Amino acid sequence: MTPARAGLAAFAFATLAASAVPALGQGDPARGEPLYRPCQACHMIGEGAVHRVGPHLNGLVGRSIGAVPGYEFSEDLAAAGAEGAIWDEDTLDRFLEGPRAYFPGTRMVFRGIRSEEDRADLIAYLLDEGGAAEEGDTQGTEVALDPEIAAIVAIAGDVPYGEYLSSECTACHQPSGGGDIPSIRGLAPSAFIAGMVAYRNGTREHQVMNMVSRRLGDEEIAALAAYFATTE
Amino acid sequence: MSINRRVFLGTTGALVGSLAAPMIVRAQSAPRVVVVGGGSGGATAARYIARDGAGAVDVTLIEPQRIYQTCYFGNLYIGGFYDYDDLGHGYGTLASSYGINVVHDWAVGVDRDAKTVSLASGATVPYDHLVLSPGIDFVEDSVPGWSVSAQGRMPHAYKGGTQVQLLREQIAAMPEGGTFAMVAPPNPYRCPPGPYERVSMVAHYLRENNPTAKILIVDPKESFSKQGLFEDGWNRHYSGMITRIGPDMGGSTYEVDPAAMTVTIDGVVENVDVCNVIPGQRAGQIAFAAGITDGNWAPVSAYDMTSRIDPSITVLGDAAAQGAMPKSGFSANSQAKVAANAILAALTGSRAFPARYSNTCWSLLDTDDGVKVGATYEASDEGIVSVDSFVSQVDETAEVRAATYRESLDWYGAITTDMFS
Repeated sequence: MTPARAGLAAFAFATLAASAVPALGQGDPARGEPLYRPCQACHMIGEGAVHRVGPHLNGLVGRSIGAVPGYEFSEDLAAAGAEGAIWDEDTLDRFLEGPRAYFPGTRMVFRGIRSEEDRADLIAYLLDEGGAAEEGDTQGTEVALDPEIAAIVAIAGDVPYGEYLSSECTACHQPSGGGDIPSIRGLAPSAFIAGMVAYRNGTREHQVMNMVSRRLGDEEIAALAAYFATTE
Repeated sequence: MSINRRVFLGTTGALVGSLAAPMIVRAQSAPRVVVVGGGSGGATAARYIARDGAGAVDVTLIEPQRIYQTCYFGNLYIGGFYDYDDLGHGYGTLASSYGINVVHDWAVGVDRDAKTVSLASGATVPYDHLVLSPGIDFVEDSVPGWSVSAQGRMPHAYKGGTQVQLLREQIAAMPEGGTFAMVAPPNPYRCPPGPYERVSMVAHYLRENNPTAKILIVDPKESFSKQGLFEDGWNRHYSGMITRIGPDMGGSTYEVDPAAMTVTIDGVVENVDVCNVIPGQRAGQIAFAAGITDGNWAPVSAYDMTSRIDPSITVLGDAAAQGAMPKSGFSANSQAKVAANAILAALTGSRAFPARYSNTCWSLLDTDDGVKVGATYEASDEGIVSVDSFVSQVDETAEVRAATYRESLDWYGAITTDMFS
């Protein structure tokens, strides 16, 4: 994110904070529970939650955007956090309405939730299940990586092999990203690996990606992650 | 070679500047790859070889068309879901960014002993390795009564471009309550779900514009790709509009009369208003001219897509007899990447990696109702074999179907980027 865009994003937070927003606690966490199900493909929340494809969501409300330790955020989110932006009910509401409209650089693959009520319910669920950030702790708590992901992260990926393997990906993943099929260039290795592991073991469902990942060994996922980390 | 040159330089003293000498060596020794056909196989292969070869290989791409019109998504144009102009792609970036020598001409002959390709203009292009990716041509007399000279009245619309425009115009001009007929091809043919996606898109157009019109499919095959998904979609969206006559009902005994605009099925004459004849298919003509075919197709090694008849020639895409992969643009693109790696390894000593292929074919049934089928593949001595596969399910939610359609739009953007940018 350019300094100008980061500044504008911070400006947007400031103006929004001053405008009328739904009061805290308007949502219904019970209604939010089913709305959270698609999020589970990438995120964990509650006791024992660790980073997967996306960061864990414990203590989300009140913590800095793009700052929880142990997770490599996109530049856009990290820059917003560095400007002092916080996940509160208002910023979460805007992000969940259209993640890429709000943070064009986000790697979160999610089209958004149109209904304002649904968003409030989901945020209420996130607060209920994951709690709020502790007073004065806007950075969140560091957590360990999932062991299966950590084992692949520890492999030194063979970049040329990864580049060859990546030609299977580029048939569908455009460098610039599409409307539904995201760009995978420049992904942090841990996020790439977490994503492929989730597809390979079926916790994240997609017919093509489940099939593609099923024939990738740990060495091949590490090679792909190492290659994509070198691309922009 | 390098010793000789050093000796030569030594005897001639400082006559030649030391910087110039390696240039001469390279210009003389850079291996020449000639690619015939600038579609999904050929354009991808040329781009990957030139890009990854980084100047170590000279790449020439021979393609008669200045703008490549993809065959895939042509059905979406017929249905009104895609603009014709968005199906066209130029070769400018391949020439300017990758240094590929793009020659707009027809390759008409291959001299395998001299290792040259002859062009319709009369020129001859030498190669060290040749890639043939010519797509399909039609088997003569495959549909009794039809020949290429009749394609103005009964279009095949199966190679993209003007034929697809013509077919759409004919459908738009159909009389109220008229009949659209399709003569579906026998196996094997390009894009297995293609004819049936076309029927879906024609039905979509007619439902919106000519709802009492009928669609008649004459089909010599017992069954076809994604049949359950298509028939379920036709029942839900176009109930009563589509009739398919398979071989059990006489669908393998037919002839057409382009002058009279009739289709005769098992002796019964049907008057039709539009007739889309998709004939039986074979490898593009240049594969026959090169003498590397066996039957209708060019057999290849599954390990690197080289011809089983001449290892200096690689055959990609629809023209190749490779085993289990369907003939599709996705397959050709996948094969081209394996071939590019193997060709570069053979010519420059770069690393060779094991062959691995994949394919996914999307089809649109109606607005926001997309389905897909796909598989991963690997090489064996017998040919390319399937490792794993999936197919859309009949009971999927509307949201899944809409997402599948949107993914197909992204795929189209990605594969054309992978070929041309």
